[in-house]
Amino acid sequence: MPAHASTAPLTPPGRTHGVLDVFQHRYLLALLVRKEVQIRYRGSLLGWLWSYVKPLVQFVVFFVAIGVFLGMNGRVEFFPVYLLAGTTIVTFFNEAFTNGTRSFLDNAALIKKIYLPREMFPIASMLVAAVNTLPQIVVIVAIALVIGWSPSMLSIGAILLALLIVALLATGLGLLFGSINVTFRDAQSFVEIITMCAVWASPVMYQWQMVAGAVPEWLFTLYRLNPLTVAVELFHIGIWAPLGPADVEPLPSLWTFAGIALGVAVVILLLGQLVFRRLEGRFAQDL
Amino acid sequence: MHKTSDTTSIVVDGVHKTFRLHHTHSFKETVVAAFKRKKLTTEFRALDGVGFEVHQGESVALLGFNGSGKSTTLKMISGVLRPDSGRVLTRGRVAGLIEVGAGFHPDLSGRENIYLNAAILGMTKKETEARFDDIVAFSEIERFIDTEVKHYSSGMFLRLAFSVAIHTEVDILLIDEILSVGDEPFQRKCIARIRELHAAGKTLVVVSHDLDMVSRLCERGILLQDGKVRFDGPSGDAVALMRSGH
Repeated sequence: MPAHASTAPLTPPGRTHGVLDVFQHRYLLALLVRKEVQIRYRGSLLGWLWSYVKPLVQFVVFFVAIGVFLGMNGRVEFFPVYLLAGTTIVTFFNEAFTNGTRSFLDNAALIKKIYLPREMFPIASMLVAAVNTLPQIVVIVAIALVIGWSPSMLSIGAILLALLIVALLATGLGLLFGSINVTFRDAQSFVEIITMCAVWASPVMYQWQMVAGAVPEWLFTLYRLNPLTVAVELFHIGIWAPLGPADVEPLPSLWTFAGIALGVAVVILLLGQLVFRRLEGRFAQDL
Repeated sequence: MHKTSDTTSIVVDGVHKTFRLHHTHSFKETVVAAFKRKKLTTEFRALDGVGFEVHQGESVALLGFNGSGKSTTLKMISGVLRPDSGRVLTRGRVAGLIEVGAGFHPDLSGRENIYLNAAILGMTKKETEARFDDIVAFSEIERFIDTEVKHYSSGMFLRLAFSVAIHTEVDILLIDEILSVGDEPFQRKCIARIRELHAAGKTLVVVSHDLDMVSRLCERGILLQDGKVRFDGPSGDAVALMRSGH
Protein backbone atom coordinates (compact mmCIF):
# COMPACT_ATOMS: atom_id res chain seq x y z
CA MET A 1 0.00 0.00 0.00
CA PRO A 2 2.84 2.51 0.36
CA ALA A 3 2.55 2.99 -3.39
CA HIS A 4 -0.65 4.98 -3.14
CA ALA A 5 0.88 7.23 -0.51
CA SER A 6 3.32 8.87 -2.89
CA THR A 7 0.68 9.43 -5.54
CA ALA A 8 -1.82 11.09 -3.23
CA PRO A 9 -1.65 14.89 -3.23
CA LEU A 10 -0.67 16.99 -0.25
CA THR A 11 -3.89 18.28 1.23
CA PRO A 12 -4.91 20.14 4.36
CA PRO A 13 -6.27 17.58 6.84
CA GLY A 14 -9.78 17.84 8.17
CA ARG A 15 -11.52 19.52 5.25
CA THR A 16 -14.76 18.19 3.87
CA HIS A 17 -17.07 18.87 1.00
CA GLY A 18 -19.96 19.28 3.37
CA VAL A 19 -22.97 17.06 3.82
CA LEU A 20 -22.23 15.20 0.59
CA ASP A 21 -18.96 13.93 2.06
CA VAL A 22 -20.97 12.00 4.59
CA PHE A 23 -22.35 9.81 1.86
CA GLN A 24 -18.82 8.85 0.85
CA HIS A 25 -18.55 7.56 4.40
CA ARG A 26 -21.77 5.55 4.11
CA TYR A 27 -20.23 2.58 5.84
CA LEU A 28 -19.27 4.55 8.95
CA LEU A 29 -22.65 6.30 8.90
CA ALA A 30 -24.40 2.93 8.74
CA LEU A 31 -22.36 1.65 11.68
CA LEU A 32 -23.07 4.75 13.77
CA VAL A 33 -26.80 4.42 13.11
CA ARG A 34 -26.74 0.69 13.76
CA LYS A 35 -24.92 1.26 17.05
CA GLU A 36 -27.66 3.59 18.30
CA VAL A 37 -30.37 1.26 17.10
CA GLN A 38 -28.72 -1.76 18.69
CA ILE A 39 -28.18 -0.22 22.08
CA ARG A 40 -31.67 1.21 22.33
CA TYR A 41 -33.21 -1.94 23.71
CA ARG A 42 -30.09 -3.66 25.01
CA GLY A 43 -30.88 -5.65 28.11
CA SER A 44 -34.64 -5.64 27.59
CA LEU A 45 -36.60 -8.85 27.09
CA LEU A 46 -39.14 -7.57 24.59
CA GLY A 47 -36.62 -5.42 22.71
CA TRP A 48 -38.05 -3.77 19.64
CA LEU A 49 -41.54 -4.99 20.49
CA TRP A 50 -41.69 -1.93 22.76
CA SER A 51 -41.56 0.28 19.70
CA TYR A 52 -44.82 -1.28 18.54
CA VAL A 53 -46.45 -1.38 21.95
CA LYS A 54 -45.93 2.32 22.59
CA PRO A 55 -47.91 3.68 19.61
CA LEU A 56 -50.63 1.07 20.19
CA VAL A 57 -51.09 2.24 23.76
CA GLN A 58 -50.97 5.82 22.54
CA PHE A 59 -53.79 4.97 20.13
CA VAL A 60 -55.94 3.56 22.91
CA VAL A 61 -55.26 6.57 25.14
CA PHE A 62 -56.13 8.98 22.34
CA PHE A 63 -59.29 7.05 21.56
CA VAL A 64 -60.53 6.98 25.13
CA ALA A 65 -59.29 10.27 26.59
CA ILE A 66 -59.53 12.66 23.67
CA GLY A 67 -61.98 10.78 21.49
CA VAL A 68 -64.57 9.74 24.06
CA PHE A 69 -64.03 12.02 27.07
CA LEU A 70 -63.34 15.21 25.12
CA GLY A 71 -65.84 14.17 22.47
CA MET A 72 -63.54 14.52 19.46
CA ASN A 73 -64.68 11.17 18.04
CA GLY A 74 -68.02 12.81 17.33
CA ARG A 75 -66.53 15.88 15.65
CA VAL A 76 -63.83 14.30 13.50
CA GLU A 77 -64.31 10.87 12.01
CA PHE A 78 -61.54 8.36 12.77
CA PHE A 79 -60.05 10.93 15.12
CA PRO A 80 -57.51 8.60 16.81
CA VAL A 81 -56.02 7.78 13.38
CA TYR A 82 -55.97 11.48 12.54
CA LEU A 83 -54.19 12.25 15.79
CA LEU A 84 -51.74 9.37 15.63
CA ALA A 85 -50.78 10.23 12.04
CA GLY A 86 -49.93 13.80 13.00
CA THR A 87 -48.18 12.75 16.20
CA THR A 88 -45.99 10.28 14.32
CA ILE A 89 -44.53 12.79 11.89
CA VAL A 90 -44.11 15.51 14.54
CA THR A 91 -42.37 13.03 16.85
CA PHE A 92 -39.98 12.16 14.03
CA PHE A 93 -39.19 15.85 13.61
CA ASN A 94 -38.76 16.49 17.33
CA GLU A 95 -36.54 13.50 17.93
CA ALA A 96 -34.32 14.16 14.92
CA PHE A 97 -34.05 17.88 15.75
CA THR A 98 -33.42 17.48 19.48
CA ASN A 99 -30.85 14.71 19.11
CA GLY A 100 -29.23 16.47 16.15
CA THR A 101 -28.79 19.59 18.25
CA ARG A 102 -27.10 17.57 20.98
CA SER A 103 -25.15 15.32 18.63
CA PHE A 104 -21.87 17.25 18.67
CA LEU A 105 -21.88 17.46 22.46
CA ASP A 106 -22.76 13.78 22.78
CA ASN A 107 -19.83 12.87 20.58
CA ALA A 108 -17.39 15.35 22.12
CA ALA A 109 -14.90 12.61 23.01
CA LEU A 110 -14.61 11.62 19.38
CA ILE A 111 -14.63 15.11 17.93
CA LYS A 112 -11.76 16.18 20.19
CA LYS A 113 -9.58 13.19 19.40
CA ILE A 114 -10.15 11.96 15.89
CA TYR A 115 -11.05 13.73 12.72
CA LEU A 116 -14.06 12.49 10.80
CA PRO A 117 -16.65 14.46 8.85
CA ARG A 118 -18.66 15.84 11.72
CA GLU A 119 -21.76 16.49 9.64
CA MET A 120 -22.09 12.77 10.18
CA PHE A 121 -23.50 13.23 13.68
CA PRO A 122 -26.70 15.22 13.04
CA ILE A 123 -27.35 13.10 9.96
CA ALA A 124 -26.94 9.93 12.02
CA SER A 125 -29.34 11.39 14.63
CA MET A 126 -31.90 12.00 11.91
CA LEU A 127 -31.53 8.46 10.54
CA VAL A 128 -31.84 6.97 14.01
CA ALA A 129 -35.04 8.97 14.52
CA ALA A 130 -36.27 7.69 11.17
CA VAL A 131 -35.59 4.09 12.20
CA ASN A 132 -37.46 4.72 15.45
CA THR A 133 -40.39 6.18 13.50
CA LEU A 134 -40.80 3.15 11.25
CA PRO A 135 -42.56 0.94 13.84
CA GLN A 136 -44.98 3.81 14.54
CA ILE A 137 -45.82 4.03 10.85
CA VAL A 138 -46.24 0.26 10.71
CA VAL A 139 -48.67 0.38 13.66
CA ILE A 140 -50.73 3.22 12.27
CA VAL A 141 -50.90 1.64 8.82
CA ALA A 142 -51.95 -1.66 10.42
CA ILE A 143 -54.72 0.09 12.34
CA ALA A 144 -55.80 1.93 9.20
CA LEU A 145 -55.87 -1.34 7.24
CA VAL A 146 -58.13 -2.88 9.86
CA ILE A 147 -60.49 0.09 9.63
CA GLY A 148 -60.50 -0.11 5.82
CA TRP A 149 -57.54 1.82 4.42
CA SER A 150 -57.10 1.47 0.67
CA PRO A 151 -54.04 3.45 -0.28
CA SER A 152 -53.51 4.97 -3.69
CA MET A 153 -50.20 5.98 -5.26
CA LEU A 154 -51.06 9.52 -4.20
CA SER A 155 -51.37 8.62 -0.53
CA ILE A 156 -48.10 6.69 -0.52
CA GLY A 157 -46.41 9.56 -2.34
CA ALA A 158 -47.80 12.03 0.22
CA ILE A 159 -46.38 9.98 3.11
CA LEU A 160 -42.94 9.74 1.48
CA LEU A 161 -42.90 13.45 0.62
CA ALA A 162 -43.75 14.34 4.22
CA LEU A 163 -40.92 12.13 5.49
CA LEU A 164 -38.49 13.71 3.02
CA ILE A 165 -39.45 17.26 4.03
CA VAL A 166 -39.06 16.49 7.72
CA ALA A 167 -35.78 14.59 7.20
CA LEU A 168 -34.18 17.51 5.33
CA LEU A 169 -35.61 20.12 7.67
CA ALA A 170 -34.55 18.34 10.86
CA THR A 171 -31.06 17.65 9.52
CA GLY A 172 -30.60 21.29 8.54
CA LEU A 173 -31.90 22.56 11.87
CA GLY A 174 -29.80 19.98 13.72
CA LEU A 175 -26.66 21.17 11.94
CA LEU A 176 -27.54 24.80 12.58
CA PHE A 177 -28.46 24.60 16.26
CA GLY A 178 -25.98 21.81 16.96
CA SER A 179 -23.11 24.02 15.76
CA ILE A 180 -24.28 26.92 17.89
CA ASN A 181 -24.85 24.59 20.84
CA VAL A 182 -21.15 23.73 20.98
CA THR A 183 -20.35 27.24 22.19
CA PHE A 184 -23.69 28.39 23.56
CA ARG A 185 -25.69 25.72 25.33
CA ASP A 186 -28.65 28.09 25.13
CA ALA A 187 -29.40 26.53 21.75
CA GLN A 188 -30.47 23.32 23.48
CA SER A 189 -33.03 25.10 25.66
CA PHE A 190 -34.29 27.11 22.73
CA VAL A 191 -34.78 23.95 20.70
CA GLU A 192 -36.77 22.43 23.57
CA ILE A 193 -39.21 25.32 23.29
CA ILE A 194 -39.46 24.98 19.52
CA THR A 195 -40.22 21.27 19.75
CA MET A 196 -42.77 21.89 22.48
CA CYS A 197 -44.57 24.35 20.19
CA ALA A 198 -44.18 22.18 17.09
CA VAL A 199 -47.09 19.93 17.93
CA TRP A 200 -49.41 22.92 18.46
CA ALA A 201 -48.21 24.96 15.48
CA SER A 202 -49.41 22.29 13.08
CA PRO A 203 -52.82 20.60 12.74
CA VAL A 204 -52.12 17.59 14.95
CA MET A 205 -54.66 18.00 17.75
CA TYR A 206 -57.12 20.06 15.73
CA GLN A 207 -58.11 20.57 12.09
CA TRP A 208 -56.77 23.33 9.86
CA GLN A 209 -60.32 24.67 9.36
CA MET A 210 -60.32 25.80 12.98
CA VAL A 211 -57.25 27.95 12.27
CA ALA A 212 -58.64 29.28 9.00
CA GLY A 213 -61.82 30.29 10.82
CA ALA A 214 -60.03 32.04 13.66
CA VAL A 215 -57.20 34.04 12.11
CA PRO A 216 -56.87 36.61 9.30
CA GLU A 217 -55.95 35.43 5.82
CA TRP A 218 -52.26 36.48 5.99
CA LEU A 219 -51.74 34.60 9.23
CA PHE A 220 -53.30 31.49 7.73
CA THR A 221 -50.86 31.78 4.81
CA LEU A 222 -48.02 32.02 7.31
CA TYR A 223 -49.44 28.98 9.05
CA ARG A 224 -49.33 27.04 5.82
CA LEU A 225 -45.75 28.18 5.16
CA ASN A 226 -44.71 26.17 8.21
CA PRO A 227 -43.18 23.02 6.67
CA LEU A 228 -44.48 20.96 9.60
CA THR A 229 -48.07 21.99 8.87
CA VAL A 230 -47.62 20.69 5.35
CA ALA A 231 -45.93 17.47 6.51
CA VAL A 232 -48.74 16.76 8.97
CA GLU A 233 -51.38 17.43 6.30
CA LEU A 234 -49.54 15.15 3.86
CA PHE A 235 -49.67 12.41 6.49
CA HIS A 236 -53.40 13.03 6.87
CA ILE A 237 -53.83 12.80 3.10
CA GLY A 238 -51.83 9.59 3.09
CA ILE A 239 -53.32 7.75 6.04
CA TRP A 240 -56.45 9.37 7.37
CA ALA A 241 -58.21 10.73 4.26
CA PRO A 242 -58.30 7.35 2.39
CA LEU A 243 -60.46 5.99 5.24
CA GLY A 244 -63.20 8.17 3.80
CA PRO A 245 -64.14 10.45 6.69
CA ALA A 246 -67.02 12.82 5.98
CA ASP A 247 -66.28 16.46 5.04
CA VAL A 248 -62.59 15.77 4.42
CA GLU A 249 -61.04 18.73 2.72
CA PRO A 250 -57.33 19.03 1.97
CA LEU A 251 -55.45 22.11 3.11
CA PRO A 252 -56.01 24.88 0.49
CA SER A 253 -53.23 24.77 -2.17
CA LEU A 254 -51.62 21.86 -0.30
CA TRP A 255 -49.34 20.86 -3.17
CA THR A 256 -48.08 24.39 -3.77
CA PHE A 257 -47.23 24.69 -0.11
CA ALA A 258 -45.67 21.21 -0.19
CA GLY A 259 -43.31 22.45 -2.92
CA ILE A 260 -42.53 25.54 -0.83
CA ALA A 261 -41.94 23.38 2.25
CA LEU A 262 -39.48 21.21 0.35
CA GLY A 263 -37.71 24.38 -0.83
CA VAL A 264 -37.62 25.80 2.70
CA ALA A 265 -36.18 22.53 4.02
CA VAL A 266 -33.41 22.59 1.40
CA VAL A 267 -32.61 26.24 2.16
CA ILE A 268 -32.42 25.48 5.89
CA LEU A 269 -30.13 22.55 5.18
CA LEU A 270 -27.83 24.84 3.17
CA LEU A 271 -27.97 27.46 5.92
CA GLY A 272 -27.13 24.80 8.52
CA GLN A 273 -24.20 23.70 6.41
CA LEU A 274 -22.98 27.29 6.09
CA VAL A 275 -23.15 28.00 9.82
CA PHE A 276 -21.60 24.61 10.57
CA ARG A 277 -18.70 25.40 8.29
CA ARG A 278 -18.11 28.76 9.95
CA LEU A 279 -18.10 27.28 13.45
CA GLU A 280 -16.60 23.83 12.88
CA GLY A 281 -13.01 25.03 13.32
CA ARG A 282 -13.77 25.83 16.96
CA PHE A 283 -15.47 22.56 17.85
CA ALA A 284 -12.41 20.74 19.16
CA GLN A 285 -11.48 23.60 21.50
CA ASP A 286 -14.96 24.63 22.64
CA LEU A 287 -16.36 21.23 23.45
CA MET B 1 6.39 29.08 -0.12
CA HIS B 2 7.96 25.79 0.79
CA LYS B 3 9.43 23.63 -1.83
CA THR B 4 7.95 20.21 -1.37
CA SER B 5 9.33 17.12 -2.98
CA ASP B 6 7.06 14.24 -3.77
CA THR B 7 8.25 12.27 -0.78
CA THR B 8 7.06 14.93 1.62
CA SER B 9 4.51 13.43 3.91
CA ILE B 10 3.67 16.24 6.32
CA VAL B 11 4.14 19.99 5.96
CA VAL B 12 3.70 22.27 8.94
CA ASP B 13 4.39 25.79 7.81
CA GLY B 14 4.39 28.85 10.07
CA VAL B 15 1.50 27.59 12.16
CA HIS B 16 0.05 29.84 14.85
CA LYS B 17 -2.67 28.80 17.23
CA THR B 18 -4.07 30.88 20.04
CA PHE B 19 -6.60 29.60 22.51
CA ARG B 20 -8.91 32.04 24.18
CA LEU B 21 -9.57 31.15 27.77
CA HIS B 22 -12.92 32.48 28.93
CA HIS B 23 -13.08 33.66 32.51
CA THR B 24 -16.83 34.03 32.56
CA HIS B 25 -19.19 31.17 31.99
CA SER B 26 -22.56 32.84 31.81
CA PHE B 27 -24.10 35.95 30.38
CA LYS B 28 -24.57 37.37 33.88
CA GLU B 29 -20.94 36.88 34.79
CA THR B 30 -19.89 38.51 31.54
CA VAL B 31 -21.99 41.60 32.22
CA VAL B 32 -20.80 41.87 35.81
CA ALA B 33 -17.18 41.43 34.78
CA ALA B 34 -17.57 44.02 32.02
CA PHE B 35 -18.90 46.51 34.58
CA LYS B 36 -15.98 45.84 36.87
CA ARG B 37 -13.66 46.18 33.89
CA LYS B 38 -12.19 42.81 34.53
CA LYS B 39 -10.53 40.91 31.75
CA LEU B 40 -13.05 38.63 30.08
CA THR B 41 -10.59 36.40 28.32
CA THR B 42 -6.92 35.57 28.36
CA GLU B 43 -5.16 34.53 25.23
CA PHE B 44 -2.89 31.57 25.37
CA ARG B 45 -0.50 31.15 22.50
CA ALA B 46 -0.14 27.40 22.02
CA LEU B 47 1.77 27.50 18.75
CA ASP B 48 3.83 30.47 17.67
CA GLY B 49 5.09 29.86 14.18
CA VAL B 50 5.88 26.18 14.21
CA GLY B 51 7.31 24.84 10.98
CA PHE B 52 8.81 21.55 9.87
CA GLU B 53 8.53 18.96 7.17
CA VAL B 54 8.41 15.22 7.49
CA HIS B 55 9.30 12.86 4.68
CA GLN B 56 7.67 9.56 3.93
CA GLY B 57 8.96 6.78 6.14
CA GLU B 58 10.49 9.05 8.75
CA SER B 59 9.82 8.54 12.42
CA VAL B 60 9.67 11.77 14.34
CA ALA B 61 9.35 12.39 18.06
CA LEU B 62 7.73 15.62 19.19
CA LEU B 63 9.39 16.53 22.46
CA GLY B 64 8.83 19.24 24.99
CA PHE B 65 7.53 19.90 28.46
CA ASN B 66 3.85 20.21 29.32
CA GLY B 67 2.27 23.10 27.48
CA SER B 68 4.98 23.34 24.85
CA GLY B 69 2.50 22.60 22.07
CA LYS B 70 3.21 18.95 21.24
CA SER B 71 -0.34 17.66 21.41
CA THR B 72 -1.69 20.77 19.69
CA THR B 73 0.71 20.15 16.82
CA LEU B 74 -0.41 16.56 16.61
CA LYS B 75 -4.06 17.62 16.55
CA MET B 76 -3.27 20.03 13.70
CA ILE B 77 -1.79 17.18 11.69
CA SER B 78 -4.78 14.94 12.35
CA GLY B 79 -7.20 17.70 11.32
CA VAL B 80 -8.97 17.89 14.67
CA LEU B 81 -7.76 21.48 15.12
CA ARG B 82 -7.15 24.07 12.44
CA PRO B 83 -4.34 26.63 12.44
CA ASP B 84 -5.21 30.31 12.97
CA SER B 85 -2.57 31.13 10.38
CA GLY B 86 -0.02 29.17 8.46
CA ARG B 87 -0.80 25.86 6.86
CA VAL B 88 -0.71 22.16 7.50
CA LEU B 89 -0.64 19.65 4.66
CA THR B 90 -0.59 15.87 4.73
CA ARG B 91 -0.31 13.22 2.07
CA GLY B 92 -2.35 10.03 2.21
CA ARG B 93 -4.36 8.63 5.06
CA VAL B 94 -3.73 9.90 8.56
CA ALA B 95 -4.79 7.99 11.64
CA GLY B 96 -4.21 8.98 15.18
CA LEU B 97 -3.65 6.75 18.12
CA ILE B 98 -4.74 9.76 20.05
CA GLU B 99 -6.47 8.59 23.17
CA VAL B 100 -7.22 4.98 22.51
CA GLY B 101 -10.80 3.87 22.78
CA ALA B 102 -12.52 7.20 22.19
CA GLY B 103 -14.93 5.52 19.80
CA PHE B 104 -15.72 2.49 21.92
CA HIS B 105 -19.20 1.87 23.20
CA PRO B 106 -19.51 -0.14 26.45
CA ASP B 107 -22.78 -1.80 25.44
CA LEU B 108 -21.42 -3.31 22.25
CA SER B 109 -19.42 -6.51 22.05
CA GLY B 110 -15.70 -6.55 21.33
CA ARG B 111 -16.45 -7.68 17.79
CA GLU B 112 -18.90 -4.86 17.12
CA ASN B 113 -16.53 -2.33 18.64
CA ILE B 114 -13.70 -3.45 16.37
CA TYR B 115 -15.81 -2.75 13.30
CA LEU B 116 -17.11 0.56 14.64
CA ASN B 117 -13.74 1.85 15.77
CA ALA B 118 -11.96 0.77 12.60
CA ALA B 119 -14.57 2.67 10.58
CA ILE B 120 -14.07 5.73 12.76
CA LEU B 121 -10.35 5.51 12.00
CA GLY B 122 -11.21 5.49 8.31
CA MET B 123 -11.17 1.82 7.37
CA THR B 124 -13.62 0.22 4.98
CA LYS B 125 -15.56 -2.91 5.77
CA LYS B 126 -13.36 -5.01 3.52
CA GLU B 127 -10.15 -3.77 5.12
CA THR B 128 -11.52 -4.47 8.58
CA GLU B 129 -12.63 -7.96 7.62
CA ALA B 130 -9.20 -8.71 6.18
CA ARG B 131 -7.49 -7.67 9.40
CA PHE B 132 -10.07 -8.83 11.87
CA ASP B 133 -8.25 -11.99 12.92
CA ASP B 134 -4.95 -10.15 13.30
CA ILE B 135 -6.60 -7.53 15.46
CA VAL B 136 -8.15 -10.13 17.74
CA ALA B 137 -4.97 -12.19 17.91
CA PHE B 138 -2.87 -9.14 18.75
CA SER B 139 -5.22 -8.11 21.56
CA GLU B 140 -5.16 -11.66 23.03
CA ILE B 141 -8.83 -11.58 24.00
CA GLU B 142 -10.21 -14.18 21.60
CA ARG B 143 -12.35 -15.76 24.30
CA PHE B 144 -14.17 -12.54 25.12
CA ILE B 145 -14.62 -11.13 21.66
CA ASP B 146 -18.42 -11.53 21.76
CA THR B 147 -18.73 -10.20 25.30
CA GLU B 148 -19.87 -6.64 25.87
CA VAL B 149 -16.91 -4.34 26.36
CA LYS B 150 -18.28 -3.04 29.67
CA HIS B 151 -17.44 -6.41 31.21
CA TYR B 152 -13.79 -6.16 30.16
CA SER B 153 -11.04 -5.35 32.60
CA SER B 154 -9.36 -2.03 31.88
CA GLY B 155 -6.31 -3.86 30.56
CA MET B 156 -8.38 -5.90 28.11
CA PHE B 157 -10.18 -2.79 26.98
CA LEU B 158 -6.96 -0.92 26.27
CA ARG B 159 -5.42 -3.90 24.51
CA LEU B 160 -8.37 -4.22 22.17
CA ALA B 161 -8.56 -0.49 21.47
CA PHE B 162 -4.85 -0.26 20.81
CA SER B 163 -4.94 -3.34 18.65
CA VAL B 164 -7.59 -1.81 16.39
CA ALA B 165 -5.73 1.45 16.09
CA ILE B 166 -2.42 -0.13 15.26
CA HIS B 167 -3.89 -2.27 12.51
CA THR B 168 -5.49 0.59 10.60
CA GLU B 169 -4.46 1.07 7.00
CA VAL B 170 -2.59 4.37 7.05
CA ASP B 171 0.26 6.32 5.58
CA ILE B 172 0.81 8.57 8.57
CA LEU B 173 0.41 7.28 12.10
CA LEU B 174 0.12 9.75 14.96
CA ILE B 175 0.82 8.38 18.42
CA ASP B 176 0.09 10.45 21.51
CA GLU B 177 1.11 9.13 24.89
CA ILE B 178 -0.50 5.78 24.56
CA LEU B 179 2.49 3.55 24.89
CA SER B 180 1.87 3.58 28.60
CA VAL B 181 -0.99 1.12 28.13
CA GLY B 182 -1.00 -2.46 29.24
CA ASP B 183 1.59 -4.55 31.02
CA GLU B 184 5.18 -4.77 29.96
CA PRO B 185 4.96 -7.74 27.57
CA PHE B 186 2.10 -6.01 25.77
CA GLN B 187 4.01 -2.75 25.61
CA ARG B 188 6.95 -4.53 24.05
CA LYS B 189 4.61 -6.08 21.52
CA CYS B 190 3.18 -2.65 20.67
CA ILE B 191 6.59 -1.17 20.14
CA ALA B 192 7.57 -4.13 17.97
CA ARG B 193 4.44 -3.57 15.92
CA ILE B 194 5.20 0.14 15.55
CA ARG B 195 8.70 -0.74 14.35
CA GLU B 196 7.12 -3.08 11.81
CA LEU B 197 4.93 -0.28 10.49
CA HIS B 198 7.96 1.95 10.31
CA ALA B 199 9.88 -0.70 8.41
CA ALA B 200 6.95 -0.93 6.00
CA GLY B 201 7.48 2.72 5.09
CA LYS B 202 4.82 4.41 7.24
CA THR B 203 5.44 7.87 8.57
CA LEU B 204 5.33 8.07 12.36
CA VAL B 205 4.89 11.07 14.62
CA VAL B 206 5.15 10.22 18.30
CA VAL B 207 4.47 12.26 21.42
CA SER B 208 5.53 10.73 24.71
CA HIS B 209 7.10 11.63 28.00
CA ASP B 210 9.03 8.38 28.01
CA LEU B 211 12.18 9.93 26.57
CA ASP B 212 14.26 6.75 26.44
CA MET B 213 11.63 4.84 24.59
CA VAL B 214 11.03 7.69 22.18
CA SER B 215 14.67 8.18 21.35
CA ARG B 216 14.98 4.47 20.59
CA LEU B 217 11.85 4.44 18.46
CA CYS B 218 12.43 7.61 16.45
CA GLU B 219 15.50 8.76 14.63
CA ARG B 220 14.47 12.40 14.48
CA GLY B 221 13.42 14.60 17.36
CA ILE B 222 11.72 17.98 17.24
CA LEU B 223 11.94 19.87 20.51
CA LEU B 224 9.16 22.39 21.07
CA GLN B 225 9.38 25.15 23.60
CA ASP B 226 6.71 27.80 24.20
CA GLY B 227 5.07 27.01 20.89
CA LYS B 228 8.24 27.31 18.83
CA VAL B 229 10.65 24.78 17.38
CA ARG B 230 13.77 24.95 19.50
CA PHE B 231 15.68 22.05 18.01
CA ASP B 232 15.20 19.73 15.06
CA GLY B 233 17.65 16.90 14.55
CA PRO B 234 18.70 13.47 15.77
CA SER B 235 16.37 12.33 18.55
CA GLY B 236 19.25 11.50 20.91
CA ASP B 237 20.50 15.09 20.73
CA ALA B 238 16.98 16.45 21.20
CA VAL B 239 16.50 14.35 24.32
CA ALA B 240 19.91 15.37 25.66
CA LEU B 241 19.10 19.03 25.09
CA MET B 242 15.75 18.64 26.81
CA ARG B 243 17.34 16.84 29.76
CA SER B 244 20.00 19.53 30.12
CA GLY B 245 17.12 21.69 31.26
CA HIS B 246 17.18 24.81 29.18
